[in-house]
Amino acid sequence: MANVLELHGVTKRFPGVLANDHIDIALKEGHILALLGENGAGKTTLMNILYGLYKPDEGRIIVHGEEVDIHGPNDAIARGIGMVHQHFMLIPVMTVIENVMLGVEPTVNGIFLDKARVAARIREISEQFGLDVDPDSYIKDLPVGIQQRVEIIKVLYRNANILILDEPTAVLTPQEVDGLFQILHTLIEKGKSIIFITHKLKEVMAVADEITVLRGGRVAGSVLPQEASLEKLATLMVGRDVNLVVMKKTAAPTDVVLEVQDLYVRDERENLTVQGVSFEVRKGEVLGIAGVQGNGQTELVYALTGLSEPVSGQINLMGKPVRHGRPREILERGVAHIPEDRQKHGLILSFPIHDNMMLCTYYQPPFARGITLQQKVILDNATELVKQFDVRTPSIYVPASSLSGGNQQKVIVAREFSRPIELLIASQPTRGLDVGSIEYIHNRIIEKRDEGTGVLLVSSELDEIIALSDRIAVMYHGQIMAIVPAAQATKEDLGLLMAGIQPESARAA
Amino acid sequence: MNKTNAQFENIAFRRARVRFGLTLLGVGLLIYFLFAVNTQPGVRTTFGLNVSGSNALMIPDLSIPALNVVHGMVALAVFFGTFQLARGIRSTGVLIAVIVATFFIAFLSWAAQDKSFNLVGMLNSSLVRATPIALAALCGVISERSAVINIGIEGIMLVSAQTAVVAATVSGNLYIGLVTAVLTGGLLGAMHAHLVIRFKVDQTVSGVAINIIGAGVTSFVTSRFLSQNIDGLNNSGTFPVIHIPLLSKIPVLGPVLFENNIIVYLTILLVIAMHIMLFYTAWGLRTRAVGEHPKAADTLGVNVYLMRYVNVIIGGMIAGIGGAYFTIGSVGRFNEMMTSGKGFIGMAAMIFGKWNPFGAYTSSMIFGFADSLQVKLQILRVGIPSEFLLMAPYIVTMLVLTGIVGRANPPAADGQPYEKQ
Repeated sequence: MANVLELHGVTKRFPGVLANDHIDIALKEGHILALLGENGAGKTTLMNILYGLYKPDEGRIIVHGEEVDIHGPNDAIARGIGMVHQHFMLIPVMTVIENVMLGVEPTVNGIFLDKARVAARIREISEQFGLDVDPDSYIKDLPVGIQQRVEIIKVLYRNANILILDEPTAVLTPQEVDGLFQILHTLIEKGKSIIFITHKLKEVMAVADEITVLRGGRVAGSVLPQEASLEKLATLMVGRDVNLVVMKKTAAPTDVVLEVQDLYVRDERENLTVQGVSFEVRKGEVLGIAGVQGNGQTELVYALTGLSEPVSGQINLMGKPVRHGRPREILERGVAHIPEDRQKHGLILSFPIHDNMMLCTYYQPPFARGITLQQKVILDNATELVKQFDVRTPSIYVPASSLSGGNQQKVIVAREFSRPIELLIASQPTRGLDVGSIEYIHNRIIEKRDEGTGVLLVSSELDEIIALSDRIAVMYHGQIMAIVPAAQATKEDLGLLMAGIQPESARAA
Repeated sequence: MNKTNAQFENIAFRRARVRFGLTLLGVGLLIYFLFAVNTQPGVRTTFGLNVSGSNALMIPDLSIPALNVVHGMVALAVFFGTFQLARGIRSTGVLIAVIVATFFIAFLSWAAQDKSFNLVGMLNSSLVRATPIALAALCGVISERSAVINIGIEGIMLVSAQTAVVAATVSGNLYIGLVTAVLTGGLLGAMHAHLVIRFKVDQTVSGVAINIIGAGVTSFVTSRFLSQNIDGLNNSGTFPVIHIPLLSKIPVLGPVLFENNIIVYLTILLVIAMHIMLFYTAWGLRTRAVGEHPKAADTLGVNVYLMRYVNVIIGGMIAGIGGAYFTIGSVGRFNEMMTSGKGFIGMAAMIFGKWNPFGAYTSSMIFGFADSLQVKLQILRVGIPSEFLLMAPYIVTMLVLTGIVGRANPPAADGQPYEKQ
């Protein structure tokens, strides 16, 4: 079979970083090439080069046997290359039609947008590839899985035959992932070729025809899925042996530390996104909250940490009620919070690391005496924590924004774990981190649990929930579908619960 | 049992019901104590429905018994208030309309008791006074739809007002004045665009700079040149009123809508044109996309910078027309600081109108109405100090922005420079 796309010696340098170092890859017609690598391995840079968003410093790109220069998205589209971005490039307040037609608008009389024609074409594509998308709906009303299909339609509408999908499964339920894989197979059958970028090993094994592993900006190896194993891929990806399983003892839960009763919370747009949630967390256990992103987990955590005020319901900490919407009070009663969006809620990016290390307690001794901050104490504290939590940073004086995601997360963990806490609320604690950092953070969380802290873990990564939790609650549409002991939970049942379906076995349990 | 969203909404609705009910009762009381108590019994109020010099067919003026009408308005407000408390009216629009209507009818009946008040004249002057506000608002709409905030509208209008009158006076042709104003506005718009798009200067800083430069330059030119040679440089005359055939003959509507000068008509056309452009053409789709999610537009090959440049420059041209209104469209000569904050009020109208051309125009009418009411009341010698009357349009602006608007949703990327990676 002929190669539809070849890269030879593609190199891209950023100030201080060699993002891509002489990369060679080849995509065969009708194949799915998986590009596997950790964050920062250079996958996204490479794809942005292919899509014309970056200009390579060296190397050749050959599309359909012809060497090309790609200067921008328009060039890429003209060569039949289409990209489904990790963060969807969709405009929420516009319809599917408007999003699809943007940039190549057909018109009536050369003036008015011809929405009817585009709608017909969307229906046609939708049918041909089994996508099932209503052209007239607004993006903001569509579930994430369907939004992704709109992205695929955008690419197909532009007649692309090489599709690049950047981390397409990050936001999907297990069932939606299966749906996506089905769509990929249909695409292949109809003659399209696909590059599938991911850092999830299992998906690669499930879907790829060929696997190329990137590490530190270089090709670490190319393998066929039938010859690969999870361990082998992980080793290739990280460059050393990794422990894929979190080692932990059986939990020994004691007193109830957090009790939530019939909680109702609204989101920013005034929608009631948490609807009557009740649960409890005991000291020395991890309660995992599974669920597809956007099912009320974010708002639940906001309410628990005082960042938003619930409409009704009660929250008890160590048996005593919490006044709603008081973050400082909650924090002083021994609650630590690893927020979902570390750059927005966890850190002040422009502040140096030493100031970020004391954001919760800056007004208390020893960091403050009266109205003045004690610089020496603050600096010593930061120096100590950086050492203790292995934060890789040139110094404690650099702004938090200059650290990598994993090290930013370590700063937050260091800050939160360095004060006495009873309850840890960790929301998506490893999102976007590399395998090494994930391993580290997981171990730290289990360590805290074993010290007798109650842990509420919110994550949309089912693997993470299963690996860490002692009990698992599944959230769907603002409600808790079920709370099951982790030992009895299967991935299939949890997946069904995440989609709002009660499986037989879960009902029995 | 789980409570549903509808149940929570019911609670909120009940609260809103009580609030509106009490407000209506309060308006009733207010009307009674402010107006009913001070109105002479048996006196009539006359509302003029004809304008002198109009083509429209003459109709008799409207004469009403002042005290009875005021009492009627008290009764109406109290009736709606009680009904609202007891049963509830679903539509917020109806409630606001009742509040506004009862208050204003009672107010006018009281203010003009034993005198004549030209209602049609006031409505027409509302439309005329709304025009520069609407043009400023349209400038804001088109810029901000592509995510560039332009608070330099006031300055752009001020400079254009001056160039318009000078060009018109020197050339002896008002249309040359208008074109000059449009070019001036476009040029200042281009300057703002270049600073904030190319050099990523803070949009507020650039806008403020344009306002300050505008005030300084026009003031300098006025004192150095215009005041020395008023007839040769600063005395252009104004655009004549165009009577639209047939339509201008309709009583009430004719004098209000169809007997205006070219700038008023042009504004209405611009509102319609901008609505069509924004929502039914490729240019509009791209503009909105660039304002909502520039990166998405960029990945589809839309030139984000180009779209923003074009929109800000077109916006500047529209503000230029707004500037021309002040001189060649209204008084025929330039006075220092004559735009008196209309550019800023226009931005308020843009927000109140939710970044839509028609919304912006309607809101501009509210401000125009407040402005024109203030003038008429001064003529009537109502017992309110003129300083307070002069404040009316600005007080309305603040009330609108703080109270009624609530949370409007601007374009998602509004005010943010776009960084290509």
